[in-house]
Amino acid sequence: MHNKTVSELKKDLKDKKISSLELTNHFIDRIKSIDPQLNSFVSLTEEYAIMQAKKIDSEIAKGSFRPLAGIPLAQKDIFCTKGIRTTCGSKMLENFISPYDATVVEKLNDAGMIIIGKTNMDEFAMGSSNETSYFGDVKNPWNTDYVPGGSSGGSAASVSARLIPCSTGTDTGGSIRQPASLTGVCGIKPTYGRVSRYGMIAFASSLDQAGVFTRTAEDCAILLTHISGYDPKDSTSSKKDTPDYEQECKRKFTNMTIGIPIEFLDGLDNKVREVFDENIKVLEKNGCKFKKISLKSSRLGVSAYQVVAPAECSSNLSRFDGVRFGHRAENVKSIDELYKKSRSEGFGQEVKRRILIGTYALSAGYYDAYYLKAQKIRKVISNEFAQAFKEVDLILGPTAPDCAFKIGEKTNDPIAMYLSDVFTVSTNLAGLPAMSLPMGFKDNLPLGLQIIGNHFDETKILSLAHHYQQITDWHTKKPKISGD
Amino acid sequence: MNKETIIKISDLAKIDIKDSQIDDVLISLEKILNLVDEMNSVDTDSVTPMSHPLNLKQELRKDMVTASNERELFQKNNKYTDNGYYKVPKIID
Repeated sequence: MHNKTVSELKKDLKDKKISSLELTNHFIDRIKSIDPQLNSFVSLTEEYAIMQAKKIDSEIAKGSFRPLAGIPLAQKDIFCTKGIRTTCGSKMLENFISPYDATVVEKLNDAGMIIIGKTNMDEFAMGSSNETSYFGDVKNPWNTDYVPGGSSGGSAASVSARLIPCSTGTDTGGSIRQPASLTGVCGIKPTYGRVSRYGMIAFASSLDQAGVFTRTAEDCAILLTHISGYDPKDSTSSKKDTPDYEQECKRKFTNMTIGIPIEFLDGLDNKVREVFDENIKVLEKNGCKFKKISLKSSRLGVSAYQVVAPAECSSNLSRFDGVRFGHRAENVKSIDELYKKSRSEGFGQEVKRRILIGTYALSAGYYDAYYLKAQKIRKVISNEFAQAFKEVDLILGPTAPDCAFKIGEKTNDPIAMYLSDVFTVSTNLAGLPAMSLPMGFKDNLPLGLQIIGNHFDETKILSLAHHYQQITDWHTKKPKISGD
Repeated sequence: MNKETIIKISDLAKIDIKDSQIDDVLISLEKILNLVDEMNSVDTDSVTPMSHPLNLKQELRKDMVTASNERELFQKNNKYTDNGYYKVPKIID
């Protein structure tokens, strides 16, 4: 049951071959038996899930079938879930019970999905290895000595280990695509504005975007169709119509020209390059045309990101002051002490580091040198992408510079950690959609192929990914920990 | 950046940093700023800064009541409330 895709489960439920309750219990049992080795879940919502599954089963029995009725799902613990604890991986929100649902949560609930649990993540989505979570490291299902990537490490690891058919994630600088790459699953970050950010705890508002993890491109398309669309509660969400991605991904685009940025291959690890080149040959044989392009300023993406993201985070996280919700320090004598002690006790090291950098970049006398300069670099990067998309339909490259690294290997070197996102941050800065899908292995650890599209070109990305998965089988490989 | 800068920005950010940690924080922030300084390799004098990926204009919603006041529900996340207010240490003598 756990090896089936969302698409297959949807059919089985509709044909009444299985019930939602059976499916829900099956995945809960798997999480209970396998997840102690991975730590991919922060909360299991067993009682709630069983109640929902029974409700959906009775709807199906009466002949009413919601589009994703009865399919289990894990929500990244950054999405507010009404009445369910929402921690964002932080001590600050350890006991926070959200009073409302995020729009993404509401939409998937309305589609009939069953939330089985909330997944572990880097604290406030700040990290690339899932080692900054207050609730402990998440382990990579392919080798538990290795990180699963981050920040959506729990969402990626749980799908990879077949603990859940699909999960949600968020991507500010690569937090969906990089963990998807490191754990061998599919992860899509749509265009900025495609999916509502309402109820998604903010890290860097001009970069954050919600997306999903699944094992196939088709499943990504199914879920994306249901979470996309304008939301009056998010003034930055787009009013563009949402295509039926599930149908559209099966449409084959002919005469597509795909760009390969020379900067992504320059100095790339030999094995990653070899695997990438093999995949280009496979796609060429199947009719794709490739063209070398240059995105010369993309190398500055990490530098600009390290200003924009911390600056916005320092502002967004100022709401955690110990007064209205979140961790509150005891025995304080003044309001200033309340703020400082609550924040110092509630935030972890990486979050504090980013708040400090952001505060510095925005402080008097430094704004022009850092924030304004970064916003200009952002424009330069965005212009280069726009230029590239005049010549090509999609851009292809590796998702990450290497396979997963060992737990602890980069914890004392923030720069090395930040560079894990070197191929992913630029698309966030430009607001572009991008996806990672499995393309091979290095040392028995998965590698991801990144497809980047122009604004709102998710259809082309998903189509290429779906057709790639019709001629390759990397997405069917599973880690030993997942069993039969 | 120096120790005084760390003390100043930690006060602005309302984050306590112990004296024993200041040096480590300074070193890690300086490393990040070195990475950030690579931005200066590009001349951007004539570039318009980009504040939003889609250049959207801020939309204002109609001035209509859309959600009810859920103060009691929101205050369930805080045990320091009194009669609908949040309690904090005394600010004015």
